[in-house]
Amino acid sequence: MSEISATDARPTLAVWKFASCDGCQLSLLDCEDELLALAGAVRIAHFTEMSRTSTDGPYDISLVEGSITTPDDAERIQQVRRDSRHLVTIGACATAGGIQGLRNFAAEGAYAGTVYAHPEYLKTLETSTPISDHVAVDYELHGCPIDRRQLLEVLLAFLAGRRPAVAGHSVCQECKGRSNVCVMVANATPCLGPVTRAGCGGLCPSVGRGCFGCFGPSQSANTISLADQLSRNGATGELVSRLFRTFNANAPVFRAESERQSARGDA
Amino acid sequence: MTHGSKSDRTIGIEGISRVEGEGSLRVVIHDDIVTDVALEIFEPPRYFEALLVGRHFSEAPDITARICGICPVAYQMSACAAMEDVCGVTVSERVRALRRLLYCGEWIQSHALHVYLLHAPDFLSCADAIELAQRDRRAVERGLEIKRTGNLIMETVGGRAVHPVNVRVGGFYRAPDRGAIAALAEPLRRARDGALATVSWVHGFEFPDVVGEYRFVALHEPERYAIEAGRPSSSEGLDYTVAQFADLVVEEHVARSTALHARLGGADHYLTGPLARYAMNNAQLAPLAAEAARAAGLGDVCSNPFKSIVVRAVELVAACDEALALVEAYEPPEPSADLVEPRAGIGTGATEAPRGLLFHQYEIDDAGIIRSARIVPPTSQNQLTIEDDLRRVVQGGLDLSDHDLQWRCEQSVRNHDPCISCAAHFLDVSVVRT
Repeated sequence: MSEISATDARPTLAVWKFASCDGCQLSLLDCEDELLALAGAVRIAHFTEMSRTSTDGPYDISLVEGSITTPDDAERIQQVRRDSRHLVTIGACATAGGIQGLRNFAAEGAYAGTVYAHPEYLKTLETSTPISDHVAVDYELHGCPIDRRQLLEVLLAFLAGRRPAVAGHSVCQECKGRSNVCVMVANATPCLGPVTRAGCGGLCPSVGRGCFGCFGPSQSANTISLADQLSRNGATGELVSRLFRTFNANAPVFRAESERQSARGDA
Repeated sequence: MTHGSKSDRTIGIEGISRVEGEGSLRVVIHDDIVTDVALEIFEPPRYFEALLVGRHFSEAPDITARICGICPVAYQMSACAAMEDVCGVTVSERVRALRRLLYCGEWIQSHALHVYLLHAPDFLSCADAIELAQRDRRAVERGLEIKRTGNLIMETVGGRAVHPVNVRVGGFYRAPDRGAIAALAEPLRRARDGALATVSWVHGFEFPDVVGEYRFVALHEPERYAIEAGRPSSSEGLDYTVAQFADLVVEEHVARSTALHARLGGADHYLTGPLARYAMNNAQLAPLAAEAARAAGLGDVCSNPFKSIVVRAVELVAACDEALALVEAYEPPEPSADLVEPRAGIGTGATEAPRGLLFHQYEIDDAGIIRSARIVPPTSQNQLTIEDDLRRVVQGGLDLSDHDLQWRCEQSVRNHDPCISCAAHFLDVSVVRT
């Protein structure tokens, strides 16, 4: 950690982890070209994955990765909120509950008993929920994983006191920008692109596969229209439901569509 | 935090830093004898083995990648291997070579991260790599450049560095074109030079004089340094098929950990990872890496866990060197993936994640729906051995001040690059006080 002195006027940055894979905080360390400059512009005051020293809050910006899945974490996030001037959630776990949010669709107790011999040792909640279900969040950066360029933009924006310039439209615009042939039009490949937020750059159609929704719902996503088209292309309700139930399964728009599809009964 | 008299001490570290995930450590010393060591994992469980049930077998690589953002390729490769095993498919040599290139990218990225940002600061009494950069900026920049090259391979072959999108059961969605792969050669040459400099750099560190007693387990292949395939083999001369090995590993759920503890045959703990791979497979290292190992004085077996950083640096040379050879020999696989039709049965797949052996086992039905899943990550296999190491390190370090002993304990954990996020997805964590 950088030297701390009473005259250190740099803003402070803290990074917190809840239930997650570490991939989004790794995106910060993946800013290889900018990492040392960033560490000069801000004082990294708490970042367990990176440093063995930690200083107490308050912090100017907290980045929060992961979802809330235990009673302890539901308490801990309250303290993080109290200690943070700005709280920014990063990634699908923190913004939508993540892949572990699939437990929200399962029967009570079904999951722990599958994995653990002694579920009674565990102190966990039956749900995995986004940070915004528990505390006020100043900004949500989506993605599974987040895009590191967007992360830098968000950090720079907060340091400059402006809103981040991160698009909320669908990934189709990025995909068209890459001159990809539409995989759904050309090959009837199931693709969530029309309802998925931009940010990855249209990676999946670039390798010939359909989008699987890493960045969650775009603004004004019309999932009903997309699901109808997928059905006309031959997808069963079960398949469409599975498509909406991955890393952002608990984002309200995706959740509603997957439940509608599960109820179709043609699986 | 450390307290107690000199002869009766408890060392507790709440929140071990510079590891992936959340764990803590408790050591109890009574009358100068270490009476209890517990690596406690309190990472919340995410129940991957439960949430995979009912999913289509083709989804396993993308879903299990989300177990770990540091080694997603390891999860994708082990999942693919298991699904291809159950469906009776052997992928083409070209697919295999491209997988190995992708996997080298992950090794380079992960090892550079661990050596430079997580582990080296311990040897130079720095809290982190930022402080290290204030003293030796060139070293940290070298590490970041190597790391960037690993990420570049993952982006070129896999589409992105964290959770690649191009991997599928049977191969790849699209084979990268020759030009894109050829463009990796120049950065890889620089990274290879950087990796050689890394070996020299870490070789010069001071190492505590500790000799571990290890039962090493690593995948082994006669023809190459095993990464994406091989037979699980042990330093006691045992040699198994992947399925036999999976049957032999018994995982135990203990109260203090959301990670399950693995034992061979329910009895013996063992170590996977760089020290094990080097001990089992150093004869398979290509000349450049073998020479770097010799120059660093490694011998045939390295049993000082603190020197794992040297072994990791040697593996960094091996991965850069091999990636370069794969780039130069690249022929796009055609087709980019073999067709894999689901077939009811049980399949097992094992590969070498940067931090150790990772195996998956699935049962699927004729429609390709997953009926059961078992995922055993390196950290749950290593956890008992890490505790054993700590006992030895503390017993040999009783003269150290509390501050220094605590730091050395943390360093001992970091020696094995544990990925607690991985471990807790099967492992669970809770704390028992005795």
